[in-house]
Amino acid sequence: MFNLHYRLERNAIGFVVAILVVASIGGFVEIAPLFTIDETVEKAPDMRVYTPLEVAGRNIYIREGCYACHSQMIRTLRDEVERYGPYSLAVESQYDHPMLWGSKRTGPDLARVGGKYSNDWHVAHLNNPRDVVPESNMPAYRWMSEKLLRTKDLGGHLAALRDVGLPYTDEMIANASNDAIGQANPDTDLAAGVATRYGDKTYVALFDADLSKVTEMDALVAYLQVVGRLTEVAHQLPQDEVE
Amino acid sequence: MISQLTGTERVLAALTFLLLVLFGMAMAVAGRDDLIGPHGWIIALSGMAGIIALLRAYGAPEPSPSRLSEYYDDPSKAGIVLTLIWGVVGMLIGVWVAALLAWPELTFDTEWASFGRLRPVHTSGVIFGFGGNALIATSLHVLQRTTRARLPDQFSPWFVLFGYNLFCVLAASGYLMGITQSKEYAEPEWYADIFLVIVWVVYFSIYIRTLMRRNEPHIYVANWYYMAFILVIALLHIVNNLVVPVSLGHAKSYSLFSGVQDAMTQWWYGHNAVAFFLTAGFLGMMYYYLPKRAGRPIYSYRMSIISFWGITFMYMWAGSHHLHYTALPHWVQTLGMVFSVVLLVPSWASAGNALLTLNGAWHKVRDDAVLRFMMLAAIFYGLTTFEGSFLAIRAVNSLSHYTDWTVGHVHAGALGWVALISYGSLYALTPWLWKRPALYSARLVEWHFWLALAGTVIYVFAMWNSGIIQGLMWRTYNDSGTLNYSFVDSLVAMHPYYIARAFGGLLFLIGAVIALYNIAMTIREPRPVATESASDIPLVGQPASAVQAGE
Repeated sequence: MFNLHYRLERNAIGFVVAILVVASIGGFVEIAPLFTIDETVEKAPDMRVYTPLEVAGRNIYIREGCYACHSQMIRTLRDEVERYGPYSLAVESQYDHPMLWGSKRTGPDLARVGGKYSNDWHVAHLNNPRDVVPESNMPAYRWMSEKLLRTKDLGGHLAALRDVGLPYTDEMIANASNDAIGQANPDTDLAAGVATRYGDKTYVALFDADLSKVTEMDALVAYLQVVGRLTEVAHQLPQDEVE
Repeated sequence: MISQLTGTERVLAALTFLLLVLFGMAMAVAGRDDLIGPHGWIIALSGMAGIIALLRAYGAPEPSPSRLSEYYDDPSKAGIVLTLIWGVVGMLIGVWVAALLAWPELTFDTEWASFGRLRPVHTSGVIFGFGGNALIATSLHVLQRTTRARLPDQFSPWFVLFGYNLFCVLAASGYLMGITQSKEYAEPEWYADIFLVIVWVVYFSIYIRTLMRRNEPHIYVANWYYMAFILVIALLHIVNNLVVPVSLGHAKSYSLFSGVQDAMTQWWYGHNAVAFFLTAGFLGMMYYYLPKRAGRPIYSYRMSIISFWGITFMYMWAGSHHLHYTALPHWVQTLGMVFSVVLLVPSWASAGNALLTLNGAWHKVRDDAVLRFMMLAAIFYGLTTFEGSFLAIRAVNSLSHYTDWTVGHVHAGALGWVALISYGSLYALTPWLWKRPALYSARLVEWHFWLALAGTVIYVFAMWNSGIIQGLMWRTYNDSGTLNYSFVDSLVAMHPYYIARAFGGLLFLIGAVIALYNIAMTIREPRPVATESASDIPLVGQPASAVQAGE
């Protein structure tokens, strides 16, 4: 073996090829089957896609680095299921490009935060977390309520998401900007369009209680309210893996 | 640096800068109402600065052919200075983000200073800015000494150094503006990623072209590691950054993979960024500078072989230990755990090889703080890899994951291993390259050593405590069978440790500032040694020396 190596280390190209071959094996064995083995991702017939406003909110969540302190992955551990809710299933993030499972909980897990608090709570909390949770060390996003949401190119975002595999229709892409405005303005014609395209269960609301404009705060709260609620399958399937 | 380029190389440089200006302007125009616009301007301005530098040196005579009888070390010299500056910047931001966790109002109500935006500036600043420049600077030096061949040309090393630092600037400024892919340690967006691939291909070409022209029959161990670092980082970087941008005028992109496949790809990348950037590259550094400084040959050639191939093969399986108990299929978690545990063997073979090399030179470790930096780095490498294998065990991970324990583990490696081996190597290398008899101040090296050690120990102990307390509080039940603590209870318990951690980081930062000062003063000191540094091996064609690098 060492004689073989004695020859190998005299050959630069041979060494390069050997490194690439040896290093490629692990990733290939662990990643490729995840695309081919059917049981990897559960089936969820009721799964819907993110609305344009929720996509915009998700992008703000990413932009602000929320994932650095909040996971979106409840592990199959008894205390986590009791604290946060049913453990996360792979299918719940199948429309997440990229996933936001996270790696650190400086703050609590958010996989089941959708619907847990009111819009008003979220707005107050994002505006200054210490107004609502005095011990919190989360940054205050006071500027977010004033910042107008950029809606005009949301169609392009949906089209890019369709390119990576999400089932957005031409109609959804064409109406993306209006749907974003509509979701934050209940009882308008634009709001009716959102329900038509994304289903009656879509959460249409005046997220930040300001009728005059659609802000980044609207979008972020709309996203937080849908986290973990694209499908109900985690609440329906038996949670039989808890340890 | 321009005056060292030949005529052809100056044309190449002009073309490069022109392309930068053109691409930068195109990005600035296409993305004029997007965040990609400012990045277009940064790229265009850096190209313009290059063109101005070229024009100013227009009349400079071409370098004489006698340059070919000497190693080409100026890119390494620039790399050393850049390493030290990025180190201070990255660690300063690190202390800031640490303080934010204890005192959250230190954002001063700005958008860009929240924890979420500053944190990747810290991680990229220290990993890519500090670590990456240290690797480029030392690898070009080690490559020439161990092959006894000069770098193939003058242009490509400058291209790599300049391009790589432009990438780092794009990354850091992007995070502050809110440009990020959210993938940890792979945050820069698609255009910066493509640019890095180009830089990386040139970096690899320098390596392979020099190796092909080597005057030593064998490729020395340090180069195995540097090559593994370059090659595998390219593989990881490309696969993990497969995305579809919204348009050519948008910074934002969407990753090709989603959910569980994306998570596995990300942690395959994430863990091996640790393995091949922060481990393999710096092992390359250790395998050259530690034996050189100690004046002893590497203890065991066979242990080097076993540990190199063990690390190269097994690390690539270990990433899934970041996803224990998640929605990742169980079989992948198990594979990740098994390989992570077995990884201890090649890891300790490397650490042991380094420490056994010091046998017969321990009196030097006592007297020479520079060598002591390297010795301590090897010890921390051994400790951290043991801790890593331990944390990868599923049951242990159920407690440690998502807590500060992981952060403590990372910093035991980043401060104790990566930073210490880098500072030790740079302290050794600086007098050699600038032909100084010694560093400006040996006392300051001592100060740096003890500040770095104290800072690391305080940091790691604070995070061990907070992480374990956090993990235990989250899973503690009371007598009636319900969870005993709310999440906020655990957050309150962290407060003293977050202050302690920021203090430990501050000590380490002070050490980094001392290093910058000490090396800057060494460079400025006007007393070059008359002759070639005795420790340098001449290029082939020079008067032959009995000393052979690393053999």
